[in-house]
Amino acid sequence: MATLLEVRDLRTQFTTDDGIVGAVDGVSFKVESGKVLGIVGESGSGKSVTCLTIMGLNDPRATTSTGEVLFRGEDLLKASPRRLREIRGNEIAMIFQDPMTSLNPVHKIGSQLEEALTLHQNVSAKQARARALEMLTAVGIPRPERRIDDYPHQFSGGMRQRVMIAMALINSPDLVIADEPTTALDVTTQAQILALLKRLQEDFGSAVIMITHDLGVVAETADDIVVMYGARIAEQGPVDAIFSQPRHPYTWGLMGSLPRLDVAVERLVQIPGQPPSLLRPPSGCRFHPRCSYAMAKCISDVPPLERLDYDPRHSQACHLDESTKAREAAALLTTFSAAAS
Amino acid sequence: MFRYLVRRLLWAGVLFIAVTFVTYVIFFLVPANPARLAAGQNATPEHIASVEEFLGLDRPFYVQYYRFLKRLVIEGSLGESFLNRRPVNEEIYNAAPVTASLVFGAMLLVLSVSIPIGILSALRPRSLLDRAAMVYVLVGISLPSFWIALVLSYFIGYRLGWTPIAGYCEVVSVPEASTCGGFVDWAYHMILPWLTLSIVVAGTYVRFIRAEVMETMTQDYVRTARAKGAPERRVMRAHILRNAMLPIVTIIGLDIGILLGGAIFIEQVFGLPGLGTTAINAIGQFDLPVLQGVVIFGAVAIIVFTLIVDLLYAWIDPRIRLT
Repeated sequence: MATLLEVRDLRTQFTTDDGIVGAVDGVSFKVESGKVLGIVGESGSGKSVTCLTIMGLNDPRATTSTGEVLFRGEDLLKASPRRLREIRGNEIAMIFQDPMTSLNPVHKIGSQLEEALTLHQNVSAKQARARALEMLTAVGIPRPERRIDDYPHQFSGGMRQRVMIAMALINSPDLVIADEPTTALDVTTQAQILALLKRLQEDFGSAVIMITHDLGVVAETADDIVVMYGARIAEQGPVDAIFSQPRHPYTWGLMGSLPRLDVAVERLVQIPGQPPSLLRPPSGCRFHPRCSYAMAKCISDVPPLERLDYDPRHSQACHLDESTKAREAAALLTTFSAAAS
Repeated sequence: MFRYLVRRLLWAGVLFIAVTFVTYVIFFLVPANPARLAAGQNATPEHIASVEEFLGLDRPFYVQYYRFLKRLVIEGSLGESFLNRRPVNEEIYNAAPVTASLVFGAMLLVLSVSIPIGILSALRPRSLLDRAAMVYVLVGISLPSFWIALVLSYFIGYRLGWTPIAGYCEVVSVPEASTCGGFVDWAYHMILPWLTLSIVVAGTYVRFIRAEVMETMTQDYVRTARAKGAPERRVMRAHILRNAMLPIVTIIGLDIGILLGGAIFIEQVFGLPGLGTTAINAIGQFDLPVLQGVVIFGAVAIIVFTLIVDLLYAWIDPRIRLT
């Protein structure tokens, strides 16, 4: 499989009135063509900023980014604004979190879709409209020929997110970045949108970066998972490895806080405390103030992101010794399976 | 839509009654006798009484108000001046184009200056241009319009001699006795009044446009437009300005409506025979019908422009439905 996108040691800093915020701090990952990468973490873990940096959509005056974002070998951090505009919406498209505010209220749905097409392709107005109709049909908008001239406020949240998906896929991009695409929607709509994204991803053959705070969202769709905490990567690896052998206490916390219908867990485990401030992050391991396994070393030394001996595809950044981690992970998974039986 | 218009017109009628009634009440609360003024300096009490009767001033004010309304509705007439018996309709008809020239010309100038400056300030907040615009805004808001008018008149009109100091020229229907007329003379005489009114008004617009554009720039749909690969120019035009202009349309409409009632200070300084000047003269001479005429014209201007704004708003913003 060819590597489509490779992010190497990405660091993004925002200059604010209070000081410098290190929103992304040394993040590296790869996305293979046609595969789905899930980036999981709490609010403020740097997952969205990572993707906005890939797209070059941060405010250029307040942001500095270093490292490399190689898209088919071309470093997007060094690309000209013109080149970035050619790529955005054409080769890399983005679906945003809140469909209620992400569509322009004064333009018709159809013209917003057609704009995405005509910015990149030399097509006639008639062709653009036909393509927009085709996309609306593909994302399951009923009677698209009647809805195409409606305005966004005439659509429900789920329908608007379908429009956003249609807009993202209209140029058949190689990579789609979906930034919490279901967070703002009803639970029943969430499942529909996820199923739609999965189906279209297969039809269009696009690679997807799925950003979410919900491990459950990526469990079934992703091929690989990156768990981010406090602007850094806590753990990353193939989805089955993360779920069968989680090796970071933060990942355990995320798994423990998943509500499961099939398991009679007495109560959901919650991770105590708040996500760290990126203005003044904690020393050493950024998770140590909230970690029940924290040792003296965790406060003083930053744990490096290391590959596991027995599985080089799987990396984690935690000082705990492997036998403790294996024991704790096994215990966590047994709780689930024991409760299930 | 039709029902909306009918309801708006009914409301306009209510507003109209309220405005004219209040004007009548206030006028009759002022302890002065218009008949005495109209009758002349050495009039006898009998003469004054006969003038009072002639003008209808001997009747209670509600009777006068009723007569005024009756004549307006049936004849479409605002009555005659107490002083010279000229029809008020004619006075308004002559004065309104002068004020309209001032207001529309100045608003055009205001928009052509404040839209680009407002956008540039919003794009580069805290830049030199933004700070300079801020200083200008403060100056424009703080200085009284008559002071700006006098300074411009003195320096540009008198010392430099670039423009006329005062006066007005008709564009069409130039009177025979007049020494000037036509479009060029009209515009030449209006330069300073336009400039003055723009300086007074533009500051607020610059700040307002800047704030609206900055607010709109942070909207999610603007980020969506960039994510689609739209160039900045297109993002600004099709996505930011279109939305930022919504509230601005409202204040433009209201301001035009209000200013059409007469820009008193500016008209006075530049000797423009507009509605402001007409109103001032009418007040000084207790000429109720003329004053009432100006007030009514102003009220109608505001009513009409509020309606225009609402219709325009519904046209620009599809979320608004007129029901």
